[in-house]
Amino acid sequence: MVRTLLVRGLLLGLLAGLIAGGFAFAYGEPRVDSAIALEEAHAAREAPGHHHGEEELVGRPGQKAGLFLATGLYGLAVGGVFALVYAGLRGRVGPRSEGGLALAAAGTAFVAVILVPFVKYPANPPAVGDPDTIGSRTLLYVVTILVGLAATAIAVATARRVTAGPWARWVAAVAAFLVPVVAAWTLLPTVNEVPDGFPATLLWQFRLASLGTQLVFWTAFGVLFGWVSDRAARRAAAVPATAALPV
Amino acid sequence: MSGLSTPSVIPFPRLRLWLLAVPVLLLIAYLVLMDNGAISQTGAYLHELMHDGRHLLGVPCH
Ligand SMILES: [Zn+2]
Repeated sequence: MVRTLLVRGLLLGLLAGLIAGGFAFAYGEPRVDSAIALEEAHAAREAPGHHHGEEELVGRPGQKAGLFLATGLYGLAVGGVFALVYAGLRGRVGPRSEGGLALAAAGTAFVAVILVPFVKYPANPPAVGDPDTIGSRTLLYVVTILVGLAATAIAVATARRVTAGPWARWVAAVAAFLVPVVAAWTLLPTVNEVPDGFPATLLWQFRLASLGTQLVFWTAFGVLFGWVSDRAARRAAAVPATAALPV
Repeated sequence: MSGLSTPSVIPFPRLRLWLLAVPVLLLIAYLVLMDNGAISQTGAYLHELMHDGRHLLGVPCH
C-alpha cells in the first residue's frame, strides 16, 4: 500500500516536473537569456576589451536541457515526500475522498512551501544577487519553508478543535496559519540585492514565470495524483462488490 | 462504495520503514536546488547544468 503510493508519487512527480519544465522553458528561459545578456553587457562595460577568462562549464543550450533535468528530479523528490505524507494523512486528516485529499494537500503544499517563502524572498534571475550572501539567503529561504510547514500544522490542529461549524473552523484555520506566517515575514531580515538600473519589467516577468512554474507543477501533480488515486480506489471498491454478487 | 467514502487508514508502524526514503529524497532535492559542488563533489558542473531550473523554481542562487 505504502509502496504503491510512493511509486505513484515518484512517477507522477517526475511527470509533473517535466510539464513544469515545459512551462519554464517557454516563459522563463527568455527572461533568463535577457538577464544573462544584461550581466554580460555590464561585465564588458566594467572591463572593456578584456575578454572573460572564465571557461563556461555548461553552455546555454546545455543549461536549457538541464532545466528539464532539474525540474524532473525536483518533481521526483517532492512527489515521493508528498506520497509518504499523503499516506500518513489518508483517513486521518482532510477530505475523505482520495482525489479531494490529493488536491487539498497539493494546494496546501503550494501555499506553505512555495507562496510563504516567495512573498518574503521572491525568485531572482541571474545577474541579481550577491554571491557572497548565498549561504545566508539559502538559510533564510529554508527557514520560511519551515515556518510555512509549522503554520500548516498549527492551522490543522486548531481547526480540529473548533466544533462551531465549518465557517468557524475555516476562519480559525486561516487565522492560525496567518499569525505565525505574518510574524515571520515581519521579523525576518529583508534581502534586496537587485542592482541599480536593473529593468523592473524584466524582474517582474521573471518572478511571474518562476511562480507560474511552481503553480503548474503543483496543479499538474495534485490533479494527476488525485485522478490516479481515485481510479485505484474505485477499482479496489468494485472488486469485492462484484465478487460478492451471486452469479 | 465504502472504498471511496472512507479510505483505509495506514497504521503508523507500517509507514515507519518507508520514512527512510525521506532523507534520500531530500538529498536529491538538495543537490538540485542548493548544492554548489560541496556534497556532489563534481565541482560546479551539476550546479551549472541545473542552474536555470534552480532560478526558475525560485530558490536563491548566484
Ligand atoms: Zn544563479
